[in-house]
Amino acid sequence: MVTLTIDHQVITVPEGTTILDAAAQIGIPIPKLCYLKEINEIAACRVCAVELEGKQRLITSCNNVVEEGMVIYTNSPKVRAHRRNTVQLILSQHDCKCATCVRSGNCSLQKIANDLNIYDIPFGERIERQPWDKTFPLIRNSAKCIKCMRCVQVCDKIQSLNVWDLEGTGSRSTINVSKSRTINEADCSLCGQCITHCPVGALHERDDTEKVWDAIADSKKIVVAQVAPAVRTAWGEAFGLSPEQATVGKIMDALKKMGVDYVFDTTFSADLTIMEEANEFLERYKKGETKLRPMFTSCCPGWIRFIKSQYPHLVPQVSTAKSPQQMFGSVMKSYFAQSIGVKPEDIFTLSIMPCVAKKGESNMELFYGEYAGHDIDAVLTTREFTRMMRSAHIHPDVLTDRLSDSLMREGSGAGVIFGATGGVMEAALRTAYFLVMGTNPEPEAFRVVRAQSQETGITEAEVQMGDAVIRAAIASGLGNTRKLIEKIERGEARYDFVEIMACPGGCVGGGGQPIHDGEERAFIRGKNLYFLDEHASIRFSHENPDIHKLYESYLGSPLSHKAHQLLHTDHNAWQMPKKR
Amino acid sequence: MSRLEIPTPSKSQLVIEGLYKDLERRIEASPPGLCPVDITRAFLELCHAQTCGKCAPCRIGLLQLKHLITNVLNGEATMETLELMQQTAQSIMETSDCAIGYEAAHMVYKSLIGCREDYEQHIQVGRCTCTYHQPVPCVALCPAHVDVPGYIALVAAGRYEDAIRLIRKDNPFPTTCGFICENPCEARCRRNMVDDAVNIRGLKRMAADYAGKVPPPPCAESTGKRVAVVGGGPSGLSAAYYLQLMGHQVTVYEMLPKLGGMLRYGIPNYRLPKERLEDDINAILETGVQVECGVRIGQDITIQELRANYDAVLITIGASTDKKLDLENENAPGVISAVQFLQMVGKNEAMDLTGQEVAVVGGGNVSMDAVRTAVRLGAKKVSIVYRRRVADMTALPAEIEGAIAEGVEVRTLQAPERIELDEQGAVKGLWTVPQMISKIKDGRASVVPSGEESVFIPCTTLIVAIGQSIETEHFKNAGVPVERGKIMAEKFGGFANIPGVFAGGDCATGPATVIRAVAAAKVVAANIDEYLGFNHKITCDVEIPDPDLSDRSACGRVQLGEREAGERIHDFNGVEQCMSEKEACQEAGRCLRCDHFGFGLFKGGREKVW
Repeated sequence: MVTLTIDHQVITVPEGTTILDAAAQIGIPIPKLCYLKEINEIAACRVCAVELEGKQRLITSCNNVVEEGMVIYTNSPKVRAHRRNTVQLILSQHDCKCATCVRSGNCSLQKIANDLNIYDIPFGERIERQPWDKTFPLIRNSAKCIKCMRCVQVCDKIQSLNVWDLEGTGSRSTINVSKSRTINEADCSLCGQCITHCPVGALHERDDTEKVWDAIADSKKIVVAQVAPAVRTAWGEAFGLSPEQATVGKIMDALKKMGVDYVFDTTFSADLTIMEEANEFLERYKKGETKLRPMFTSCCPGWIRFIKSQYPHLVPQVSTAKSPQQMFGSVMKSYFAQSIGVKPEDIFTLSIMPCVAKKGESNMELFYGEYAGHDIDAVLTTREFTRMMRSAHIHPDVLTDRLSDSLMREGSGAGVIFGATGGVMEAALRTAYFLVMGTNPEPEAFRVVRAQSQETGITEAEVQMGDAVIRAAIASGLGNTRKLIEKIERGEARYDFVEIMACPGGCVGGGGQPIHDGEERAFIRGKNLYFLDEHASIRFSHENPDIHKLYESYLGSPLSHKAHQLLHTDHNAWQMPKKR
Repeated sequence: MSRLEIPTPSKSQLVIEGLYKDLERRIEASPPGLCPVDITRAFLELCHAQTCGKCAPCRIGLLQLKHLITNVLNGEATMETLELMQQTAQSIMETSDCAIGYEAAHMVYKSLIGCREDYEQHIQVGRCTCTYHQPVPCVALCPAHVDVPGYIALVAAGRYEDAIRLIRKDNPFPTTCGFICENPCEARCRRNMVDDAVNIRGLKRMAADYAGKVPPPPCAESTGKRVAVVGGGPSGLSAAYYLQLMGHQVTVYEMLPKLGGMLRYGIPNYRLPKERLEDDINAILETGVQVECGVRIGQDITIQELRANYDAVLITIGASTDKKLDLENENAPGVISAVQFLQMVGKNEAMDLTGQEVAVVGGGNVSMDAVRTAVRLGAKKVSIVYRRRVADMTALPAEIEGAIAEGVEVRTLQAPERIELDEQGAVKGLWTVPQMISKIKDGRASVVPSGEESVFIPCTTLIVAIGQSIETEHFKNAGVPVERGKIMAEKFGGFANIPGVFAGGDCATGPATVIRAVAAAKVVAANIDEYLGFNHKITCDVEIPDPDLSDRSACGRVQLGEREAGERIHDFNGVEQCMSEKEACQEAGRCLRCDHFGFGLFKGGREKVW
């Protein structure tokens, strides 16, 4: 233990504690900007600098550890003056038009400047403006970037893709897409983790809300929406609602209030995905195709972009099933369109997703009879959805729980847990067990595939089904994914079935979810999904009556020709990354 | 009124003089890898600030060049901009009235020509393609990438054994390098920005002297693979060490009676005491390396046999033969190559030079070793004969100073002409042609005959120290690629057409330094491991102390002391003295810990594994 004095208070903390953490323990929150625990402890912004008695130079509290007898001042005249000066310098290179920034009200720089009572900047503005393709789903606004390096670190350390880097040297050092590439040429997975870890508004998703308003306003268009499982765990955070208050039914109500014609829950198409994927898996398993290399899940578009760019030779191992979003889109434009007597062209499919990569995925083409277009016409992130609610001045207090529209109303608990790491695997195993054994397992028989904590990256399990043993593995986060694949490639591990989600903790931790600087909420949000599953009336995808109806009246059986046409895809039909 | 006054510099003049010195040191410590265009712009700003303002090309031209180069950096230039810049630079070079102008333009011109691609990239891509790669200057400049800030912190903490363990992760010759490394790590030490580079080698020596015997880490589980290493010098032994740690069984074949190569048979004992060299070699052998001394490749054993009997073969034969002066009578008695001369000393078969006059031709480190050894062998007079000036010598300044202190004469600007023999046919002296220094060519001053009459330098022993070469004959015959006297290994240390055979060290690069030999050994060891189908990692679990948070106020550099010249010339005992613990603690405290502060913390300040 180490004893030191911080702002005249004596405190004893374990060796190796940072000054920042020690101060926090006695209720002194030292301001910080670039710091992200275990990811970005590089002392770049200098905002957390404090005075160490007896020394002239200030020291940073985020990356220096306590020493016996230290006397620290976190708010001495010197610290105050320098901290203020530092923040003013940062502001001189930041486009301070807060009124038109998506992060206004949720911006760490804005908060620090306000807290420090800074109302003027003595320096001339020096704003950097780099060109950017505004049609790309991920937008970087160099004018807002404060070079905290978090995006570089998150992409390097968590996602192992190194999309961002410091570019140029000396006075001209800046952040840009690494290796002199444009973002279109980069192997960006579009996971959006750089967005959710950006302290300011330098990184954000392409805003598609106006496109949706236009479709709603277009009297010829029938707007049909779907809401992904993970959205219900997080949308309420933007309005300060508790998980109990922030139900999926209220999202449906809000969408209807905005003028959406039909609302559905992606849980339905998650069940549909399980029907296709579980059957596909058993088929591949029986053929012995999973002996050396597993079948990989296909529901995460960030992961698909990753495997296509990093391990193209493994693409044939990926399930050909479309993601629940895309499956729902194609069913909306075929089965559903037919049921309401509307041409697919007149259906505008909208999805509310916790995800940025889904915006990229929606470009995937759909050919169905005469129709040639896209499964999905617009994707909004959870954040865009809440912004749209605000702009329509819909207050959550006035919302009531509204059911999804009929025909595709039902969704099982298995479909709900799709939003958490391990959820797709668990749902698939429940149905695979039924397909193999002819009886249902206990609904929670496969709990072992769930993450144990926010830190869980890779989970392995062996599951007995009669005589067969299914070797399963689950990874979330692309750095963990790379580790797992390298192990498989080196022959150090063998699995039959592997679930991958690009974002740590799964979709609940998605790059389109509400942002809380310095907090990782995936695990807590995931618990919410497991709670909903536990209390769901249907626990198995294969018991969803609306899914039965869909197969009976339209698709035939899983993996049928028609199912293939509508619900499966060719992962090689598009290039990743785009060639220069 | 006085008619004349002694001028005293104003306060601000004195301050600026100080800043000039600060800037000089700062340039010396400039981090490697900066954008050439941006740095040229910065130089140009300084040059323009020096203009007197009289002549137009300098006053206006440098300003316009500054604007143009800024356009390039801003991505607002075209290829025509480069043409205009080049034309303007040339015009300033050829029209300015004084060097402030024409030399400034010359700098820009050289940058434009030599770094053309960087300028074009800025224009074509609209972005700077340079990225900062080498966060910790000392680690980046050490060929073997030894964790310098790490072991300095350990020395500061008095954890000498851990320091040795950490160094051995990248260099199994910590003691040897503590004595004789040429310390390229110090060249751009950031401490230069404060006062002076940290004495890195001195601190390594400190660790080596105070650690005592440190056993090597345990070897990985045996792989059953066998590797033959030809040549027991620093690169062969380093590779053997790492391959043993990776679980392979290595046999080293050495032609001389003992291991060590140039470290034993080239470097004199007074620079690297043999018992201290043994410290390193013993630790290497402790890993289980098998050794066969007195075996000469191409004579006692062939590459073909080794290939048949081992899973991989590594050639590390060094550069152990000598270059000739190509003068008549070079084979006469009394004429000897430095390599041979020093090797005889290493074998305890030293010549007795008592009362003799000795001349040594050459200005490199080997020449200094030869003259200082000759002094110790009792020579009456020892002279260095060199065709250029002392400043042009390639030997380390400290070695030259050491030689001069020991009474060696330095005959500069003398080019050997002919060797004169006595009646018995033995050497009697060397005739040289006096030279004068002339034009600078490729950055080095050339010489031309001065026109004076030839000079006779009497000597009964003439030592030739003008470089070493490599015995490539056997390898050439065995099908190993040899070009310009070197074994031409690929970048990974192997050969495209001979799987399983690798080469490294001096024999593949030409004569270099110990630390380069070690660096090459790391490369080949890793690639041999890979070739054998493994992926062993070399690591070190020593925890490195957190940096000290003091203010880093300016403080002089501790230099290692030497025994006094008059005493040391009588024996071959070590010349250099280690620092005291108090000195080491202060010196280690001067380290700015670039692994923790600055860019190091952001982008990999530490290579923990290779």
